[in-house]
Amino acid sequence: MMNYLDILLYIQIGLSAICLYRIIRGPTIPDRMVGVDIFGILVVGVCAIISIQTEKSFILDIGIAWIILSFIGTLTLAKYLTGKKLNE
Amino acid sequence: MISLIFITIGIVFNLLGCIGIIRLPDTYNRLQAATKCVTLGCCSILTGVFFQFGISDAGLKALIAIPVLFFTSTVAAHALIRGTYHFGIKLGEKSVKDDYKETLK
Repeated sequence: MMNYLDILLYIQIGLSAICLYRIIRGPTIPDRMVGVDIFGILVVGVCAIISIQTEKSFILDIGIAWIILSFIGTLTLAKYLTGKKLNE
Repeated sequence: MISLIFITIGIVFNLLGCIGIIRLPDTYNRLQAATKCVTLGCCSILTGVFFQFGISDAGLKALIAIPVLFFTSTVAAHALIRGTYHFGIKLGEKSVKDDYKETLK
């Protein structure tokens, strides 16, 4: 018997897999980067639902760290796209 | 119970954002649809986590994660869309107006 929260968790993991489709299939480089950005946000939702299921709070720490790392990675790639060096 | 309602609303928004990331024809359309929907959806999920745990360590961590997620994802999307424009990606065929080109002149 599946819990209602289990179903929501599996739906959220499936949505992350949809973003992997855009990363693999995207015709240009910015399309893939959009997929990486959105994937990083969706994983935070997965971490939040897992923290309710297991009732442990350190998984939310993983989520916050993932937000910040995804932010830095996206900003670096955006700077690469504009054609500037990273120290300008 | 109220936490499950918030999480369900968040997952519906995430689903709409992922439909946008699959179906829309253009990089700019895809980014604006996906960022708005997914940011609001994940903030709603974290609100549900806060209502589940109440005032405790896990609840306060979820409450801290909401503004962090909100600001960082919007700033990252803005930088990414600017980089995409400077990289030379054309707008879609059905786009009718390009204000940023006139601003750059």
